[in-house]
Amino acid sequence: MDSSDLHKGLAQAGTALVTVLYFARLREALGRDAEQLSLPAGVATVGALRDVLLARGGAWAVELASAKPVRVAVNQTMARLDTGIRPGDEIAFFPPVTGG
Amino acid sequence: MSIRVQREDFDVGAELAAMRGNRAIGALACFVGVVRDVNDGAAVRGLTLEHYPGMTEKALEDIVEQARSRWNIMDVRVVHRVGALVPTDQIVFVAVAGAHRGEAFAACEFIMDYLKTQAPFWKKEQTPGGERWVNARASDDAAAQRWQEGEPT
Repeated sequence: MDSSDLHKGLAQAGTALVTVLYFARLREALGRDAEQLSLPAGVATVGALRDVLLARGGAWAVELASAKPVRVAVNQTMARLDTGIRPGDEIAFFPPVTGG
Repeated sequence: MSIRVQREDFDVGAELAAMRGNRAIGALACFVGVVRDVNDGAAVRGLTLEHYPGMTEKALEDIVEQARSRWNIMDVRVVHRVGALVPTDQIVFVAVAGAHRGEAFAACEFIMDYLKTQAPFWKKEQTPGGERWVNARASDDAAAQRWQEGEPT
């Protein structure tokens, strides 16, 4: 099952789950490329979700620290820390892009 | 309009030839990005390009749409490779067709500047000191930023 199937499945189930993806340096440092997460009550923005992940400590606290240049996308569109998130969303964290 | 993300190499001549069918086209501007053997003071043996499938295509389509809304252009082609590449390999191809060179050159440069800062690709280099993720450059942000203040001169 790829992430888009996962995303559809979650939306249909109507759960409070979101899909979180990690790319490039973050994927390696955090040791995973994707996870499903139940949104804690009151977590309604990208910034609030980042704080939840930061609280895991270790590599999470290092890689997602506010001093790190982390970028984020919500449902495959570039987003900001104040962008709202809802159950069923796909939220991705990654370093600044270096293509081209 | 054609946007492709692929592992395979591409043929610049064939890509450009495929754009010449429209008799109103008077200018074809294109850019080809190539893997260098040095970056940030280290020898580069090769690199691996990672991307975000799904978002990558959407981001490129959005960039091309922005270019089409700014300039009177007739066709755009973008090809970006992913996977393992070595020095002298082609990485990216952007071509713009228009009636005249001015809009074709400008739109081609705009698409590349935005691709560098908005499209979710990441390079990891193999150097004598080991593998390392390439850091984003402030000069790339500045290049994209200048389009928001009017067209560069």
